[in-house]
Amino acid sequence: MSKIKDMFRDGLWNNEVNVRNFVQMNITPYEGDSTFLCGPTERTQKLWELCKEAIKEETENNGVRAIDTETVSTIAAFDAGYIDKDLELIVGLQTDQLLKRAMKPYGGIAVVEKACKEQGLEVSDRVKDIFRNYAKTHNDGVFDVYTEEIRKFRSLGFLTGLPDNYARGRIIGDYRRLALYGIDRLIEAKKEDLRGLLGPMTDDKIRLREEVAEQIKALAQMKDLGAKYGLDLSRPAESAQEAVQWVYMAYLAAVKEQDGAAMSLGNVSSFLDIYMEYDLQKGIITEERAQEFVDQFVMKLRMVRHLRMNAYNEIFAGDPTWVTEAIGGRLMDGRHKITKTSFRFLQTLYNLGPSPEPNMTVLWSNTLPENFKNYCAQVSIDTSSIQYENDDLMQSTRQSDDYGIACCVSFQEIGKHIQFFGARTNLAKTLLLAINGGRCEMSGKQMIEGIPALTSDELNFDEVMANYKIAMKEVARVYNESMNIIHYMHDKYYYEKAQMAFVDTNPRINLAYGIAGLSIVADSLSAIKHAKVKVVRNDEGLSTDFKIDGEFPCYGNDDDRVDNLAVEVSGYFNSILSQLGVYKNAEPTMSILTITSNVVYGLKTGATPDGRAHGVPFAPGANPMHGRDKNGAIASLNSVAKLDYKNALDGISNTFSIVPKSLGADEDVRRENLVTMMDAYFSKEAHHLNVNVLNRELLEDAMENPGEYPQLTIRVSGYAVNFVKLTREQQLEVISRSFFDRM
Amino acid sequence: MLNVHSFESLGTYDGPGIRLVVFLQGCNFKCLYCANPDTIECKGGTPTSAEEIVSMAKNQQPFFGKKGGLTFSGGEPLLQAKELIPVLKALKAEGFHICVDTNGSVLNDFVKEALEYIDIVLLDIKQMNDERHRALVGQGNDKTLKLAQYLNEINKPVWLRYVLVPDYSDDPQDLQQLGDHFGGFENIEKLEIQPYHHLGAHKYDHLGWKYQLEGVPSNTAEQLDAAYKLFKQYFKEVIIN
Ligand code: SF4
Repeated sequence: MSKIKDMFRDGLWNNEVNVRNFVQMNITPYEGDSTFLCGPTERTQKLWELCKEAIKEETENNGVRAIDTETVSTIAAFDAGYIDKDLELIVGLQTDQLLKRAMKPYGGIAVVEKACKEQGLEVSDRVKDIFRNYAKTHNDGVFDVYTEEIRKFRSLGFLTGLPDNYARGRIIGDYRRLALYGIDRLIEAKKEDLRGLLGPMTDDKIRLREEVAEQIKALAQMKDLGAKYGLDLSRPAESAQEAVQWVYMAYLAAVKEQDGAAMSLGNVSSFLDIYMEYDLQKGIITEERAQEFVDQFVMKLRMVRHLRMNAYNEIFAGDPTWVTEAIGGRLMDGRHKITKTSFRFLQTLYNLGPSPEPNMTVLWSNTLPENFKNYCAQVSIDTSSIQYENDDLMQSTRQSDDYGIACCVSFQEIGKHIQFFGARTNLAKTLLLAINGGRCEMSGKQMIEGIPALTSDELNFDEVMANYKIAMKEVARVYNESMNIIHYMHDKYYYEKAQMAFVDTNPRINLAYGIAGLSIVADSLSAIKHAKVKVVRNDEGLSTDFKIDGEFPCYGNDDDRVDNLAVEVSGYFNSILSQLGVYKNAEPTMSILTITSNVVYGLKTGATPDGRAHGVPFAPGANPMHGRDKNGAIASLNSVAKLDYKNALDGISNTFSIVPKSLGADEDVRRENLVTMMDAYFSKEAHHLNVNVLNRELLEDAMENPGEYPQLTIRVSGYAVNFVKLTREQQLEVISRSFFDRM
Repeated sequence: MLNVHSFESLGTYDGPGIRLVVFLQGCNFKCLYCANPDTIECKGGTPTSAEEIVSMAKNQQPFFGKKGGLTFSGGEPLLQAKELIPVLKALKAEGFHICVDTNGSVLNDFVKEALEYIDIVLLDIKQMNDERHRALVGQGNDKTLKLAQYLNEINKPVWLRYVLVPDYSDDPQDLQQLGDHFGGFENIEKLEIQPYHHLGAHKYDHLGWKYQLEGVPSNTAEQLDAAYKLFKQYFKEVIIN
């Protein structure tokens, strides 16, 4: 700690592991505009060219550049790898070669074998032998224990995307800790914790002791990882370059050891700014160099890859890694957390061009400096690569000012809190159980008991609602059981020791449940209530279609008659989930989010009473259904804003697409209007907004000429993707969404 | 009750800031280029109460920011001036900023009263040349000029709007005439040139009408620029919308 003690203001952080305090004591909030920013250096450009070439190769080679089929990836398994050593200011790759993917078979050996096979490769005999015959995996554990019932709910599409054959992710390590404290100090702290974990030796206590022991081993391995790159990670970082490098090494250790669906970065930018400011003040670096560090760091984050099966693409399209970085927000003491490095992170979208990763998330508060808001709006208009979340709402509801965003939209207090990822359940399909006596509308299988047959084929609101509540309860029960099994097994066979080494011992846990199909449910119930809806049934008595007579209000038009139904259903389902006991006493939360699974959900869900035909994709997240929001963008935003964050603490995703000219006639007006819109939307306690500013024609052209749009980025549902990496169905679905246009 | 055709909650072209645009049903003109031909017929539309509109506006209030508000458009909104008055009163009582987008052809006591509650009039001038006005609209421009005069007398802020249709309304002489006529009006804050587009053309098919401007091209950048320069000699602010 010697040198950095002289560099920074003292505080609690000197005597305990407390990065939040360090940031509070040393941050330099920035009020100014973006004119100080620098473009990319020649060195950065050269390096990025090499990356782009590698990406091109990857694209041409079925989306995968190379796979190491011999090595089981661990923190220090691979030798050092470089893009071009002489050009790199920030070093480190997941494997020994750029974009080469690594095997992490603890999630499931069959998955790894399949992913390799799909690329025409075989996993080495040695690795197969170990994982087939000696080592057990997460996937094996879950399927040993799954009940018949869970299997049925899973295969028929009531529960989708469960993390039972891939790693759950979502946990965010406080990667800043490595920079601030160095490994030796962190190991000491964990050893101290371990010494305090004494009897009685209950299951919980034994498990925790084992986990902490694993974390200590992981930290030791990170030292080896650093040594491979000539870095002494045992001590704290002592310069801006080292701070960036150390944080990246901590993150790199995590993505070497784990291939979780979402591997967020946290909120590192304003932490790093403290080192940048110090070095800038001392004249050690220039602004150009500071930007270069950030550009190169971000470039590395863009190069993170995981080995996935093709089927994975259905729910998580476009090969996402969710390196989510939360930028901005405010401190509890009223100061804001916008620093020059907040700007520098966003600036990478110009210096390196647009990109889905890292998943840039601005924590928006109406009191952030106007200069920063304007810059964000400009970047959104130019790149469609940013999402926004309501900092005022999260800070006051969750009582924290040091949080990151796990995966897409979910609050997670950094280093204090973790999440168990829960994928989601299909509430629209669940509604059909209410109409079909508990049978799956597509397979005819009896899913749940106790749902009375309807008295008439003309649907009665009260009758359907009563049945629906029973169905939701039963689905919630099965969902909860699957979650408990999955997370038990993940801890047991694929524990995130590298990430957890950067989290407090015994953190608070949220079990992050999710729902899909809310807009369909709201519109269906609205149709049943306000129009006449008749069920058309097949020979087996299963609903195949609905005949609607009369008009009904649709969600997305700021009409309480239907919006309240969405609020009610989400609140009800959340209340049921929160009553069910959870593994490790996690606190249940719920998201209204779909990722890109809204297309698959459409295929797995029969016709619904809102007039949607079988197969038609769901709207993403909490969005209204395409084309039903008839009163324009703001009415649509107002509807979504009514959903109560307290009933969906894991997040409420809304994806907003608008053509540039609809925001106004010229650049200044567009920027100003976008800022006003976000201020207004978040003042209504809305939670999240993806902002796309682009023309439909551009996307259509990109579908035809993908080669010309390698970096075209579009926000989908809590994350961004390279548009050209989506499947054709997904591309069509994106294009069919409401693009708010003037005419 | 107002007879409403539709709403646009994110209006960014019809007055300052973000606006809730209320399109009213019915128009007494029949412009060849009308982009909302489905609003021309006086039949149809949804009867909508003042309370409904006030409540929508209130829900949207944060989005209006410092400059925005509501704009009544159409159709020709002043045809419903009598019904508009209570709506405008109620909105003004809540402090909303109000614009009206009018072809200027109606001037009666109801219109005069309505104007008391309106902050800015977006006044569409289709053509200064009366003959060409008739060709484009189906009637002369005398009424519009009369309303313009009245607005000048009561010193009501006005934004002039002018659709630049190639061959129909882009003759420099006509533009000059417009400038000569209105250049000295102190109440005119700006002039908006609206490029001609045929985006509404498909709606004509739908109505079983013939789109008579078939084949008229969009403005070239040079045409827009020339019009801009010409108008700039007369008006303090000119924008291309
Ligand atoms: S005045 Fe306006 S609404 Fe009426 S016909 Fe002309 S363009 Fe259409």
